[in-house]
Amino acid sequence: MSGFEPVIGVEIHVQLSTRTKMFCGCALSFGDPPNTHTCPVCLAHPGVLPVVNAEAVRRALLIGLALGCEIAPRSIFHRKNYFYPDLPKAYQVSQFDIPICGRGEFTAIRDDGTDLVVGITRAHLEEDAAKLTHAGGRRAGAEGSVVDFNRGGTPLVEIVTEPDLRSASDAGTFLRQLRQTLLFLGVSDCSMEEGSMRADANVSIRPVGSHALGTKTELKNMNSFRFLERGIDAEIARQTQIVASGGRVRQETVHYEPETGEITPLRSKEESHAYRYFPEPDLVPVVPDPAWVDDLRHGLPELPVPMRRRMVGEMGLSAEDAEVLTGSPELAAYFMAVAGEADPKAAANWVRGELRAQLREVGEEPWESRVTPSRMAALVGLLAEGTVSVPAAKEVLAEVIATGGEPAAVVEARGLGQISDEDALRDVIADLMDANPDQAGQLRDGKEKVIGFFVGQAMKQTGGRADPKAVQRLVRAQIGGD
Amino acid sequence: MPLRDLTASEQVRALAAGDTTSLELVDAHLAAVEADDVRAFLAVDAEGARARARAIDALPTRPPLGGVPIGIKDALSTRDVVTTAGSRMLEGFRPVYTATCVRRLEEAGAIVVGKTNMDEFAMGSSTENSAYANTLNPWDHGRVPGGSSGGSAAAVAERQVPWSLGSDTGGSIRQPAALCGIVGVKPTYGAVSRYGLIAFASSLDQVGPFSRTVTDAALLLRHMVGRDPMDSTSLDWPGAIALPTATDLTGLRVGVVEELMGEGVEPGVRGAIEASLREMEALGATVVPVSLPSTPSGLATYYVLAPAECSANLARFDGIRYGPSVAAETLLDQYEQTRGALFGPEVKRRIMLGTFALASGYYDEYYGRAQRVRTLIVREFTEAFRSVDVLASPTSPTVAFPLGDRTADPYAMYLADVCTIPVSLAGLPAISIPCGLSGGLPVGLQLAGPAFSENRLLDAAHAVEQALAFDTRPPGLVT
Ligand SMILES: [Zn+2]
Repeated sequence: MSGFEPVIGVEIHVQLSTRTKMFCGCALSFGDPPNTHTCPVCLAHPGVLPVVNAEAVRRALLIGLALGCEIAPRSIFHRKNYFYPDLPKAYQVSQFDIPICGRGEFTAIRDDGTDLVVGITRAHLEEDAAKLTHAGGRRAGAEGSVVDFNRGGTPLVEIVTEPDLRSASDAGTFLRQLRQTLLFLGVSDCSMEEGSMRADANVSIRPVGSHALGTKTELKNMNSFRFLERGIDAEIARQTQIVASGGRVRQETVHYEPETGEITPLRSKEESHAYRYFPEPDLVPVVPDPAWVDDLRHGLPELPVPMRRRMVGEMGLSAEDAEVLTGSPELAAYFMAVAGEADPKAAANWVRGELRAQLREVGEEPWESRVTPSRMAALVGLLAEGTVSVPAAKEVLAEVIATGGEPAAVVEARGLGQISDEDALRDVIADLMDANPDQAGQLRDGKEKVIGFFVGQAMKQTGGRADPKAVQRLVRAQIGGD
Repeated sequence: MPLRDLTASEQVRALAAGDTTSLELVDAHLAAVEADDVRAFLAVDAEGARARARAIDALPTRPPLGGVPIGIKDALSTRDVVTTAGSRMLEGFRPVYTATCVRRLEEAGAIVVGKTNMDEFAMGSSTENSAYANTLNPWDHGRVPGGSSGGSAAAVAERQVPWSLGSDTGGSIRQPAALCGIVGVKPTYGAVSRYGLIAFASSLDQVGPFSRTVTDAALLLRHMVGRDPMDSTSLDWPGAIALPTATDLTGLRVGVVEELMGEGVEPGVRGAIEASLREMEALGATVVPVSLPSTPSGLATYYVLAPAECSANLARFDGIRYGPSVAAETLLDQYEQTRGALFGPEVKRRIMLGTFALASGYYDEYYGRAQRVRTLIVREFTEAFRSVDVLASPTSPTVAFPLGDRTADPYAMYLADVCTIPVSLAGLPAISIPCGLSGGLPVGLQLAGPAFSENRLLDAAHAVEQALAFDTRPPGLVT
């Protein structure tokens, strides 16, 4: 790319899905009528004080531990001062020079199977601003603006990476797997559409081989990873063009318009130096008990990236299977439970394929369906031991989805057991040859194309219960007969 | 004896004995509030107070504070009762909740009769920065009552209420107590919940009592202290506040802060303090000089830290969610015009000072440095308390000054708190008791101790109070 390489770091804001807000007892809510979850504290009435939500601290620690961060033995809150109607105190309580989680490292897996190692600069706790809606559009002097304070004070963790990413697709890979990790931790809904996860990217370019950092721009608040990737590519292209034509990149915040693919500057970044951070005197330092932190560390669930490695390395799954099956913590837990009682590869095949396909028809997810992991495992087992054929197994699955019940019992009740008794199958084939003398003659003369005809007919006669391999063999045995 | 001449403790006892009712007490004090000529109150809740008095009188057993009236500084949030913090910015503002310390006192049987005048947002030492009225000193109506809790001090000195609440950031309880000839206590930082106290400087603010006797201050404080889940900086009180009984000071080691007895202290004030120290010796105390070399830097340190905190604390007053506002074309104009029109000059001065002290490029030089000096001051106090039990000094270097005398000179006004600020920076408890007169005006003796040494301070102050027998009745006050 014309002798330049991009240097990208990302900042991710994650709303924690705690029961209550960061500094008051108001419930978190999505979609409730505006200003129904407020109190004197989150409305910044005169005289109120913040109290730290202990569950938010616990979740921030989980995030830090999952990202391999150093946990600060003592971290403090700061006030970040600026006037805006979405910030009722006119300062955001955040963390500044001593965040709860310091340096860490996150390893993601690229599509080609290689490791993508991203340094974590920090992860800190703060509160979200309220939601401001400009009735007359974005411009100053618009018709009117309204504020919904329901969101104000929602606990946030801001994760900042080192500028370790070198392409938009790496940024996307990192963000997707970070999101999965957060979902596995159960700390956030991580919904980009609802804004419970928001990502900004800092983008700069430099000549290949250089170690200096170029002037960076901040690509703000994209509501999907795909748009963020496209935005990064567009910004890299813009910067490359500026530099290639002898210009200089300005430090500013930019916006990517997915409709047109255009990058437009938002505001000059210089203003942000006037936040006047100082230690929040209304809060005491966060000093987590080291024994508690150890407990949290040991209690971490298996996270998706290591789980994918284990699925491929120990369980023999394809990389693609592993990626799909770790798509959500619920699916991963479901699959792991099935794989604990059945052959993992066959389990992966069935869970990924037939189970999800059939459940999609009825709008259910595996973990909430009647197909418990042990029922799924039992069905995979019946197939493996040849008790049912594949078509019969699909029928059994449909029955289990519809009514529950154990697969073996369904097979029994509906007579779906596979016929592999050769005498019985020979009788079926003999009957078919009697009924179809022309094709029988061709078969005897060695015309292989009619083999399929007899196999198909035999399966039909037995309602799919015949063992297709045995039928094939027995039909073929008629060649040259009389 | 007129009901208003009873101390709060005497009123509690009279109620318990059935000699009076809460309604009688409330009526007697409300009559004085209504006839007020020192302008101590900003708002009076006569109907509410009478209703609560009747309710308490109807109870089978009286709560510990019996139904005795109290005045509350207007910096404390009181549900449905207008709370302005002395500012136009909150004119007519009716809070939706009551401050924890006020609620605790109400639950213990105190009856709030009204809200007292103060310097706007507690910034000032004379109550002349109130947007609404100048409160007059009950001892001399041409002089200030001190500040910022001047209304609460004047109301007690004038016997409109037997006790009241103030808040102290750099001296705002102790200094007006001294200038009005009454008792004022600034508790250990964290001893009393700040939830509901409209913040001036959060790391320094503490709520505390005014009363005419040390015993009354102890009784009120007893029902205020203790951890509040709504205030993370509040602490469990170790034990309980005891009512003081000491009448001698045998074994007490008293350190006299040399730096606070020198230049700037009026001769009449110094004379009264020295006489009190001799009295303490006579009561059995050992009095020794102590040096706190960093205390002269206290004032400068305070005037960096407190404005820095206030610049953020007062940023919420933007006229958008509550209080009056000035309508304007753009958002920025609305902020500027609302804050420009509704904050007074001293508040604006401190917001500007604080904003500057926190500005990028100046932070280390001002805020950072002030924090380091504060740490030094804390260490010097800790060191001093290895060899003495209490530290003594004047509360204020001067007696009450004439109205208007210092309004044009902010620095002269700031000097009024030079003796009280170091104790505030160290987060320590201190009490001011009247110890004599200078030119017919009261002089306050400040006793400070280590964190959570309130019981010892109250005991020592009680012994001195009994020995000095200061008459708290201002000249000419008719009850
Ligand atoms: Zn709230």
